[in-house]
Formats: sequence, C-alpha cells, structure tokens
Amino acid sequence: MKSPQPNSVEPPEPQRRQLFRQLFRYAGVALVGSAIGHALIRSRPLRSAEILRPPGALVEARFDATCVRCGLCVEDCPFDILQLASWADPAPTGTPFFVAREEPCRMCVDIPCARACPTGALSPLLTDIRKADMGVAVLVDHENCLNYKGMTCSICVRVCPIREEAITLKPIRSERGLLQIPTVMPDSCTGCGTCEKHCVLSEAAIRVLPRHLGLGVSGTNAVGRKAL
Amino acid sequence: MTAVFRQAGLALYRRRWLLSRRSVQLFILLAFINQLPAIGQIAQGNLASSLWFDTLPLSDPFIVLQSLLAGSSPAVTAMIGAALVAGFYMLFGGRIYCSWVCPINMLTDAAHWLRHKLNIKGNMTLSRELRKAVLLLALLLSLLTGSLAWEIINPITLLQRELIWGSAAGTTLLLSLFLFDLLVSRRGWCGHLCPVGAFYGVLGKFGRLRVTATQADSCKGAGCSACVKVCPEPHVLAPVVSGKQQRVTASDCTRCGACLDQCATGALSMQLDLGEARKFKGIPVVSRRDKP
Ligand code: SF4
Ligand code: SF4
Ligand code: SF4
Ligand code: SF4
Ligand code: SF4
Repeated sequence: MKSPQPNSVEPPEPQRRQLFRQLFRYAGVALVGSAIGHALIRSRPLRSAEILRPPGALVEARFDATCVRCGLCVEDCPFDILQLASWADPAPTGTPFFVAREEPCRMCVDIPCARACPTGALSPLLTDIRKADMGVAVLVDHENCLNYKGMTCSICVRVCPIREEAITLKPIRSERGLLQIPTVMPDSCTGCGTCEKHCVLSEAAIRVLPRHLGLGVSGTNAVGRKAL
Repeated sequence: MTAVFRQAGLALYRRRWLLSRRSVQLFILLAFINQLPAIGQIAQGNLASSLWFDTLPLSDPFIVLQSLLAGSSPAVTAMIGAALVAGFYMLFGGRIYCSWVCPINMLTDAAHWLRHKLNIKGNMTLSRELRKAVLLLALLLSLLTGSLAWEIINPITLLQRELIWGSAAGTTLLLSLFLFDLLVSRRGWCGHLCPVGAFYGVLGKFGRLRVTATQADSCKGAGCSACVKVCPEPHVLAPVVSGKQQRVTASDCTRCGACLDQCATGALSMQLDLGEARKFKGIPVVSRRDKP
C-alpha cells in the first residue's frame, strides 16, 4: 500500500470494475429512459391548426428547437395577443402562440415581438410585417359564408389590414346570381387572422391555417393518379 | 423587554442565511411579475431567458444547451446571456442557483419542513446519482427529438409561467412534486432527481465560494454534527466534520448556508477560496520518470 509500484500503469482492478459497472448502469438507464422518453415526447400533441405562431417564426421544427420558451415576445406584444402554451394546450409546452379567433395579430410595423426574441426563433431578418407568414386565410366554408348565400357581408374583406392586396371580392356567376366572393391572395396574406376574428358567423367561415394545411401544391399526385 | 429583543435578534441571527436567500429568491420571483405597483417591472421574460432593467440579457445555459442539441443556432443575445450566467456559476459554484434563484426550492423546502413537522418517517431511498442520469437523458432526448426535452415538464419555468401569466394547467404537476417530497422521498426532487440542479452542479464543480471550517478545533470540540443534520446534501459536509478536509469541495453543496445558521460554535464560514487558483501554474505534467 505505502509504496506504489513503479510500473503500475493500470488502476487496481476493483476500482476499475466499479467504474465499468457504473458506466453500464448509466448506459442502461440512458437506453431504457430514452426509449420511454422518446415515446412520451412523441405522444405529446403536436401543434394543432388553430395555433398560430407570432410573426417571423421559423418553420415549426426549427422553431421548436430554437425557442427557449422565455415569453419575451409575449410581454412585448402591445396588444397582448400572445400566450405561452401551458401543459393543456396543443403545442409544445411553453412555446408562444395566438388564436386568431380570440385575438388576431395587429401587424405592428415595428414588430416588437420579433425584436424582443433573444434566440432568433422569431427571425431578426423579418423587418417588413407584410412579409410575415403566420399562416394563410382560407374561406373554408362555402355553405355558410353569407356572401356565398348572395348577401354582401364582406366583413372579412373590409377588416383586413391589407385589403385589396391580401383579400378582395371577386364576382362569380352562379345559380343564385352574381356572388361577390371573398378571395384571398395567398402570396400577400400574412395570416394575421383579423378576417377570422371578425367573421360574423358564430363559427368563422374564413380561417387562418398553417400554410401547409391551407394550400395545395401543384404537381403530380405522388400516389399516381394514372395507376387507378 | 431587552431580553425579548435579544431573543428576537438571536432568532433572526440564527436564520440569517435562510432569510437572505429567501429574500433573493423572492426578489427574483417578483422581479418578473408584471405590474408591481410603484416599481414597475424589473426583469422581463422568465428564467429561461430574460432582460433585466431593459439592458442585461441573461439566459439559462442548460436550456440553451438543450436547444443547441436539438439542432438550433441561437442568436447572439441568447448566447451572451447563457455565457454570462454560466460564467457566474462556474466562478462561484453551480448550485448557488438552487438555493438562491430557483423558485422550486421554496416549494421543496416547504415540503421538507412540513415533513419534519408532521414527523413523516416513510422514505423511498433514491440514489443521488439518479439526477445525473436524468440530466443525461434530457440532453440525449433533446438530440433525438429535436425539441427541448426537459422543457416539456420543467417545473421551474412551469411555476414561473403560472405566476407571471396566471395559467393554472401545471398546478397538478407542482402539487405532485410537493407531495412526492412530502410523502414519498425525503428531499426527493432537489436532492435526487432534478437534472437542472445536476447540470449546475457539474457546471460549477470548481466554484470558489466554499463552506470553510475556519475554526476546525472548535468544531471538533463540539462534535455535534448539527450542520450535517440540516444540510440538504449531508454527504458534502462529512469530510469537513470529520476533519479530513477544511473546505466543502463537493459540487452538490448548494451554498444555502443552513450549516452556518445552525453551527453554534462559529466554526464554519462561507469563503471565497482563491488559494488553489493562485497556486495553479498550468496543467501539471506527470511524467513517468518523475516517480521513484
Ligand atoms: S406584430 Fe404586433 S400584434 Fe402581432 S404578435 Fe407581434 S407585437 Fe403582437
Ligand atoms: S421570445 Fe423567442 S425564444 Fe422567447 S418565447 Fe418568444 S419565440 Fe420563444
Ligand atoms: S389573415 Fe385575413 S385579414 Fe389577415 S392579411 Fe390575410 S386576409 Fe387579410
Ligand atoms: S435541484 Fe432543481 S428544482 Fe431543486 S432547487 Fe435546484 S434547480 Fe431547483
Ligand atoms: S454544506 Fe452548508 S451550504 Fe452546502 S448545502 Fe450543506 S448546508 Fe447548504
């Protein structure tokens, strides 16, 4: 014990064995834990379609990885439209969102929410609020929309902060006569949700959807229509 | 009359560390809460990332690390904030966070206090190493899922969200945490499971603020181990009380000062230990030839 052997390169055996045992234990816990944890995380609800991100948000997967859930954007929104997802909300816990039907984004020209973000989850590159892409408005219900019934409600068009650019009325001839149809220009619509908020029906006929849900993509059907 | 005052003074004195850290914890908690009458808001955001006095950005290095592993490239503000916080804890000692900042500490301390008062004896023994495994797991899962794995359940920011923005959906989680500490395992959460505490422990392993036995003789004379009984991580004090070490060097020490409050002989004090840093003269090179 007193005099260590000059050539002893290896630590004494029991200590090493102990180390290995501990390492194995860690590895085991990590393996089992990550399998269970992975399943648990995957079983958490994904962002649902009602949930819209503040302007400048990165695409959802990158946003989820970048946002640290600090709420600085929430506090800097002068209209208090944003909230952080609680455990019960259908979005990753702690991430900021707004629900258009409750409080739409007012499209502030100085975009205080994005300026407040410390991580870049709300991109600092977004300087023109008209280039924001929170989603796209889609007139989802052609049955109940009053303009489709031949009336001229047109509230959605009139409230749009960038009307004529993002949404206009287009005349369409139908069996009910000449209809004035609210028509969204997806390239200009920012998805602010003002139209959805103000739709006079008790459930909005026009809704802001995340772009991948709201729009089709032209091109061949991947399944192959010809084969059928 | 004077006797009453003296007694009150003594009672305060015997809780000086506890009261100081509770004040700091409450200050930090209140600093974030909107619309404090007359004062306004001192800090914005929450402990994940914040802006103090409209100028100083601070971020939690553990959360930023999860974000990095999930595949993000955070903007400079968050990185500077994380570096500032990490630097502070590396210099002084990581788990200062637990005793002086983390709001959950008040919850688990309350559970522990009640456990003591109600004389609850049942205890599930857990390994104190478990939290390191949970830490590893949180990081691994962030990497695997591309999301901030721990932030899904992190009770620290959960509690803050509830207080700052007045939501209530996470209350059940906080309640179960309290009950777990109260009924199931003694100091179960902070002492055994929380990966945030484990992270700060590892980060600030060589922190220089240390509980030091300045009068080791009077400690030996008393032989009471009163400090060990109140320490939330009792194993860290063992080598000091038994006279093997002069300082608490284990990274688990939270610098809560409970030991200092408790020690009647004044043997212990909290000291900035720069001795080893001063002695440090580069990485020691051990060559085989130097040995006999
Ligand atoms: S643009 Fe204005 S209204 Fe819209 S989320 Fe940002 S701060 Fe709020
Ligand atoms: S400010 Fe940025 S990092 Fe913080 S919650 Fe909002 S989007 Fe997330
Ligand atoms: S969401 Fe509606 S109100 Fe907002 S820009 Fe698009 S069409 Fe206009
Ligand atoms: S161990 Fe975790 S919950 Fe407990 S005080 Fe430390 S960081 Fe907070
Ligand atoms: S050694 Fe003292 S300061 Fe450190 S955790 Fe224990 S009681 Fe707290």
